Formats: sequence, structure tokens, C-alpha cells
Amino acid sequence: MSWKKALIPLATLPVILLLAYGFRTDPKSIPSPLVRKEAPNFRIAVYDGAELSLASLRGKPVIVNFWASWCFPACYEEAPLMEATWRKYKDQGLLMVGVVIQDKEPNAREFMRRFDYSFPNGPDPGSKISIDFGVYGVPETFFIDRKGRIAYKHVGALVPELMEAQIQALLKG
Amino acid sequence: MGRSAYRQPKWDRVRWGSGEARLLAVAVVFVLAAAGLVRAASAPPLSPQALEDRVREIGSDLRCVVCQNLSVADSPSDLAKEMRNLIRELVEQGKSRQEIEDYFVSRYGEFVLLAPPKHGFNLLVWVLPFLALAIGAGGVYLVARRWAARPVEGSAPVDPAYLDRVRRELHEREDGTA
Repeated sequence: MSWKKALIPLATLPVILLLAYGFRTDPKSIPSPLVRKEAPNFRIAVYDGAELSLASLRGKPVIVNFWASWCFPACYEEAPLMEATWRKYKDQGLLMVGVVIQDKEPNAREFMRRFDYSFPNGPDPGSKISIDFGVYGVPETFFIDRKGRIAYKHVGALVPELMEAQIQALLKG
Repeated sequence: MGRSAYRQPKWDRVRWGSGEARLLAVAVVFVLAAAGLVRAASAPPLSPQALEDRVREIGSDLRCVVCQNLSVADSPSDLAKEMRNLIRELVEQGKSRQEIEDYFVSRYGEFVLLAPPKHGFNLLVWVLPFLALAIGAGGVYLVARRWAARPVEGSAPVDPAYLDRVRRELHEREDGTA
């Protein structure tokens, strides 16, 4: 085969490589630039509670869960796990904060009643906390280590195995 | 009122290199810098229309993160609305377009920019179409030049008997239709 004939398959090679890269990449999986960086501080007015600031929780592992009552079914699927995890680990120093996105207060309260939520939850007026955390959907969960850095971000409903592995890593760190 | 403890400098004796001269230079720089800051801080606020135009201009470069290929400026979604409100706040605080874009990139990554930045791997998106066009045009030019240079083949001689037969049949047809 002359070099001219070899040019045609050679010319298609970069296109094939580019397509292979594109098809192997999940367009929905967008890495957060915040992971392994310090979590943005926020103050949240907790339902039936005092104002809470993330900075005041420094030194303890924190899970920040963004949810909404209109987020069906994902938020409803992970809600029992959130509450069970809180009850299991709260005595070991783990803290959990729920940030309610673009929701009506009665609906959010109904959701909390339904799943018997006992960890602090509060609204995010103006979605400032959500934007500061680069949230683009619900549910999203951030695992923050004792140094205040985001160790892991999960998009979508959490599953027990993943939750357990992340908490163990946080408690060890 | 008692005498002030402040000592008036003797300006006629101030020389470069002296402590007072250096103090004077520092004071002048300080006053000029302060004047600049005051002017920046007291820049007239944007009119409501100009502010909205600025928000739209910045928002049109940012991706609505919950939409499919819509900008923050164009999206009717709640999150895009909140992002526009945040942009408005940041503009009112005097933040530049670059600072605002940098903030969103620091939260969402470069994904939030509707136009990929022209560096690194993204450069392919900008360069590849033009490169492909140039290579294609070059290929077409080379092929066209080769075709144009190819000698035109003369027409093959026609068999006289065959030509006679065609003429005869044409005549017969014309006679038949007349």
C-alpha cells in the first residue's frame, strides 16, 4: 500500500480517538472543583432551631445534604438512610445538616415529619448556599472532613454501602 | 488651647533623602491612592436598565446548570433566576465580569462557561474545525488540479457503416411521420 492510500485510514484515526474519548465520558458526571478544597462557609437558620454555621463545626466530620420535598423519587429514596445514619453516628461526633432547596416551608416540614428527621435542616433563601457549593440538582451530598475540606461529593440518592464507606473514611481522618 | 505637639516641617529646608522628604513622598502617594479609592467607591451606580444589561451580558456567557444548552440569561428555571440575582448583587458590589465568571468557575468548574476557554484540551474545539476545513480545501485543490491537467482523450472513430445505418433509420422515421 502506497503512503497516499495509507493517508485515508490515518486521517480517520484522530476522529476515531476523539469519538472514543467522547463516548467513554459520562456527560452527566461533572467533577466538582470543590472536592479536596475547603468547604464554603455558610450560615443556615435551622427549622425550629438556632442559626448554625459550618465554620463553628470545624473539627468534626460533617455531612451536608441538599434536598427538596419536590425531588421525587431520589430524595424520598435516600431520606430513611440519612436519618438512620444520623442516629447511628451522632454519638461518634458526626454532624449532619440538611439544606432545603427552593421549597415551600410546609412541604419541607411535611417531608421531615414523614421521615422523622431529627438532624438540623434549614432553607436556603436565594439558593446562595447551593450555588456556593456548586449544586446543580437534588439530592447532592457533601462529606466534609475534620479540617473543613470536602472529601467527597455525591450526586443522586445515596446508598448504604457508599454512605458507610465515606463515613468510615471521615471518622478515621 | 495649649500648643500643639505637632511639629511643623520647615519646607524650605526639606531635601530628598532626608526623613521629612521621604515622609512627604509617602504622604503624597497615600493621598493620591486614597483619592483613587474614593473615586472608585463613589463611581455612580448603574441605572436599573444598565444593571440589567450587565447582568444579561454576564449571564449569557454562563450555562444554566439545570438546563440543556441554555444560558443563565435565557433560562426560566428557578436556579438560573437565583444565579441572575447573585450576578446582580456581585455587579452592585463592583465585581468585574472576570471576577464573577471566576467565582462561578470555582464552584461549577469550566462546565459553567458556555464557550469553552481557549486553552489546553479545549483548544481542539476551536482549532479542529478550521484545521479540517483547511485540509479539505487543500485536498479538493490538489484533486481539481490533477483533473485539470489530465489530457482530454480524442473521440473514438465511428464505424462508417454504423453511421450510414443511423442516417438511414432517421430518414425512414422522418418519412413515416410526415
